[in-house]
Amino acid sequence: MANPSTASATAWAGGSPDGWALLKRNRLAMVSLGYLAATLLLACVLPLLLPDELRHTSSVTFARPLQTTASGTAMHLCGSDNNGNDLFYRLLTGAQVSLGIGIVGALLSLLIGTAYGMVAGYAGGSVDALMMRFIDVLYSVPRLLFIMVFIGAFDDRIRHALDVARLWGQSHHWGSIESLMGLLLPYSRILIMVVSLGLIEWLTMARIIRGQVLALREQAFITASRAMGQSSHVILWRHLLPNLSTVILTYLTLTIPAVILDESFLSFLGLGIDDPAASWGSLLKDGAQVINPIESKWWLLVFPAALMSLTLLALNFLGDGLRDAFDPRSGS
Amino acid sequence: MLAFILRRLLSSLVVLFCVVSITFFLMRMMKGGPFDKEKEPPPHVKEAMLVRYKLNGSLWQQYTAYIADLLRGDLRESFRYKDWRVAEVLAQKLPTSIVLGGIAFVIASTGGVLLGGVAAMRRGGPVDGSAMLFALLAISVPTFITGPFLLAVFGLWLAVLPIGGWGTWSQCVLPACCLAAPYLAYVARLMRNSLLDVMKSDFLRTAKAKGVGEAQAIAHHAMKVAILPVITFLGPLAANLLTGSMVVELVFNISGAGSVFVNALQNRDGFLLLGAVIIYCALVIFFNFVVDVLYGFLDKRIKIYG
Repeated sequence: MANPSTASATAWAGGSPDGWALLKRNRLAMVSLGYLAATLLLACVLPLLLPDELRHTSSVTFARPLQTTASGTAMHLCGSDNNGNDLFYRLLTGAQVSLGIGIVGALLSLLIGTAYGMVAGYAGGSVDALMMRFIDVLYSVPRLLFIMVFIGAFDDRIRHALDVARLWGQSHHWGSIESLMGLLLPYSRILIMVVSLGLIEWLTMARIIRGQVLALREQAFITASRAMGQSSHVILWRHLLPNLSTVILTYLTLTIPAVILDESFLSFLGLGIDDPAASWGSLLKDGAQVINPIESKWWLLVFPAALMSLTLLALNFLGDGLRDAFDPRSGS
Repeated sequence: MLAFILRRLLSSLVVLFCVVSITFFLMRMMKGGPFDKEKEPPPHVKEAMLVRYKLNGSLWQQYTAYIADLLRGDLRESFRYKDWRVAEVLAQKLPTSIVLGGIAFVIASTGGVLLGGVAAMRRGGPVDGSAMLFALLAISVPTFITGPFLLAVFGLWLAVLPIGGWGTWSQCVLPACCLAAPYLAYVARLMRNSLLDVMKSDFLRTAKAKGVGEAQAIAHHAMKVAILPVITFLGPLAANLLTGSMVVELVFNISGAGSVFVNALQNRDGFLLLGAVIIYCALVIFFNFVVDVLYGFLDKRIKIYG
């Protein structure tokens, strides 16, 4: 590093700098973290507290923001849509869906990516080359196309399978299965979207993990544990994984917005979450459909766009902050 | 070099074959077919339709028959657009998408390289700061948000550009910019970081020590190395632009291959869907092949240098 401040720090006696302390000093990342925590909390709690009137469709369609509801007891904070749904309520439930798919999908891709990257990096040689070539190929084909066909192919089947299981539970007086399947049935689309998006967003994670493992496995503590006769399985699990935890956390944070983007892309095209459920993508679709020169229904576009953009920005700020704190060499 | 090109060509063909096979079986997993209406047709009609659309026989027979047809260049018939061959539908719609994607590709790659290059040369300054802020915004905000906003601002509010359609130059400004913006930002980031890395390297210091000016050192020496990560991104860029154009076509009401794909998926129009995926992937895979060969050339030259 040519940076004079680090060049003069040759007398450094401690260990590596504490990433968490660095992160806490990054104001933008901390503000983003607060914003995200608040959004998540509000999205989970607030829909339960809203008056019943706002949770159902009403006759007041395209109410402007701050307009009172039909009974005059509550207010459409962000207006209402063409079915008379309160937009504020739908933004919050949409946040549950979008953030939920983002987080679970990112966790799934984390599992796949970490396992893949660790195996490739640890195996090295031709296995590594082959596995990385496979990732290059996946990077260069339009993966979302396959996911769209995949969802189209399995969506009906999963719903059908859940329904069959529910009826089976009903006929055999197995109440718990019946109610569980009944509970899952409306979420079958969400289920398959989480799985399929998790299946395509693990590539970056795998590449990064593999790079880290390549660097780590040359270090003395790995050589030592190998000399002690520990198996590869133990080395991977007990020695490498803990050293990767902060990198994993960083790229988990950066994968969540990618999954959210994919989900809303599909929903925007009408291939993802659909009425009566809502996600940010489907709300934006509704908003984009009412753009016309005669009567502006700006709130249907502005509020979902603002909420989604802010959330994606916050996730990116937080991810960049984490990367700067824990993995200063790879980012900008 | 010839061996390298042949090897890459072979692996491209293998990838394309895998794509065709996977999509074929996914498509056959899909419910719905040419006769999937409210009322079930009589058995002999159904049988005749299955024969007409070549959906008779076992799944394996259907697959081999399709591959055989494909090798003859036949993409078969659409289920929904009666009497239209898949190839005819695509031939009509695909040029629009390719032109749109091509313009966006040029904007994203050249614009990104220029923006990233300028930002790196003015590192730490206000130009760099604002360029990177723009990049962050453009990467974080998806096209299905920027699209409607561009439409509302430039099409309706300022009323300087048409709100949709395709054909004239003014009609393609908004869609192309909207499609290109996130990738322009990504390329700019990539270019800036890689140029900053290269500017620290020894060979550039040597060039400067020999009296080459800063601007000339960057233009003649640093650029050649710094551009490599951008070139590796060009393949994924093409793939992303093709999928991204679906949203842009929907927002700006352009009738291209993206809308054909989305409609085929919603209508469960099997062979049209399959044909669209195959053509899309063939384009992208061919493009990747070209980029790979290009990279092979550039990479070799660098090995000679250093």
